Amino acid sequence: MNWQAFALTGQLAVIVATVLVILGLPIAYWITYSRWRWKFLIEAVVSVPLVLPPTVLGYYLLVLFGNTVWFGRWYESLTGHTLAFTFSGLVIGSILYSLPFAVQPFAASFAAVDRRLLAASATLGASAWRTFWRVILPLSVPGLVTGVALSFAHTVGEFGVVLMIGGNIPGVTRTVSIDIYDRVQAAEFAQAGQTALLLLVFSFVVLSLVYALNRKVWAAWPFR
Amino acid sequence: MLFGASGAGKTTVLECISGLLVADAGRVAVSETVLFDGEMRVNVPVAQRRVAYVFQTLALFPHMSVEGNIAYGLDRVPREQRRKAVDSIVEAFRIRHLRQRRPGEISGGERQRTALARALVTDPRVLLLDEPLSALDVATKNAIMADLRAWNDAHRIPVLYVTHSREELFALGERVIALEQGRIVAEGLPQAVLRAPRLEALAQAAGFENIFDGTVTAWHEETGTMSCHIGPGAQLEAPLGHAPVGDCVRIGIRAGDILLAIAPPQGLSARNVLPGKIVSLERRDVTVIARVRYAGDVEAGLEMEVHVTPGAQQALALAKGREVWLVIKTYSCHLLR
Repeated sequence: MNWQAFALTGQLAVIVATVLVILGLPIAYWITYSRWRWKFLIEAVVSVPLVLPPTVLGYYLLVLFGNTVWFGRWYESLTGHTLAFTFSGLVIGSILYSLPFAVQPFAASFAAVDRRLLAASATLGASAWRTFWRVILPLSVPGLVTGVALSFAHTVGEFGVVLMIGGNIPGVTRTVSIDIYDRVQAAEFAQAGQTALLLLVFSFVVLSLVYALNRKVWAAWPFR
Repeated sequence: MLFGASGAGKTTVLECISGLLVADAGRVAVSETVLFDGEMRVNVPVAQRRVAYVFQTLALFPHMSVEGNIAYGLDRVPREQRRKAVDSIVEAFRIRHLRQRRPGEISGGERQRTALARALVTDPRVLLLDEPLSALDVATKNAIMADLRAWNDAHRIPVLYVTHSREELFALGERVIALEQGRIVAEGLPQAVLRAPRLEALAQAAGFENIFDGTVTAWHEETGTMSCHIGPGAQLEAPLGHAPVGDCVRIGIRAGDILLAIAPPQGLSARNVLPGKIVSLERRDVTVIARVRYAGDVEAGLEMEVHVTPGAQQALALAKGREVWLVIKTYSCHLLR
């Protein structure tokens, strides 16, 4: 078993899930409460990774990371190397790829919070910031759990984007899914099978936890 | 109090005052403090208005305890002071024993008390109540109102109370504003607004089955009445109103306020006795609805709806075609315009 790949994948997924909470909450808040008329465009952009083949996203990221565009040149001048085929590049790619898996459950749970509660909070003198932390967020826990778990699991399972922008460097970009692909290419079916099974069990456990936790939270909720 | 049927605009008024809804124009001020002025472009944010608002749905925070809900608006108050404020208000509204419970675990009346406490503890400029008691039984309602009164006697916070219930109007109102389709149609004491509505729109709401247009023919200031001509040969004595002689008036009479007699009545205080003939009788539940045509002058074409009990119908042998006398007290004739 390639434990190095597992460790790398876990590290990647934890970082991505964490960043997606920090990034996803304000985006979801904006999507839920903004009255901007062109809002749907932003919603579409956030959700594009849901329908885009990972290779397409990977291709554009590769172009972005290369030294033919300003971003790639700027990053290279800053650090001395390009983002392609690095762990950081992988993190950026995974964040973009998993963004809708975090933002959509967040936004859905924000939207489910009764607007009268927000109005009540305002009339009691609370700022939008306080309303968010004291009312919206606590009432959105199920959506938060779902969003975090989905983006975590989705990052663990991603393949196309990693292959496109990360390649297959042990300890740097070789994640579990790449490892399985590699083994199959090398006809090491037994090891590929073991790893695949472990990933299957992992996904099942994560999703079971999410649903079990959500049910518990809902059951304890007097109002819906 | 704001009084009106559903859709009259009562809640909209509250939302404009609280700032949850931004009015297109106009002015919102509580005593000297301007909260909104369309012309001067003043619009104080909701959170800084200090306008307490108890919603129809209460909008208690389901994930917080009763105490958490009440203390929610006091986050800028020092801890010790906050504790005291919460203490005294849970005492005043008799919810001390519920402090650690969640809104989902207490009764409707207790939730109502919690919502009032949460709104009042912030020491607001004004308290807005949107049909707060409509879902409660009378006993609970009265107990809560008594506590609210007691609190307010000590704190003197102006209360704007929205309701469509006439009982609440009489029980609570000092001054009533009646709304109809977003406009004020009457204003004053509950009795004045309800018992003698000056506007037809409100008359329909207050249940006048009979409405007549007429002209004032004479004033009798010494008796406090005036004569109104409502059709050829048909006169009604009504209480003195704002209308001078010659003016058009509209008079509303409730069907239940009209008496039927089968012989010309004598020795009655009622000033209006009109001859008539029953044109139809219809029984609905325990009410007999009689339509009576004015027989003084057939040209008048006047008809009145009269409600009597089935017992009265039997006793008087009321039937279609029967000649009767309509007896109407002066004070049953309400000037609508």
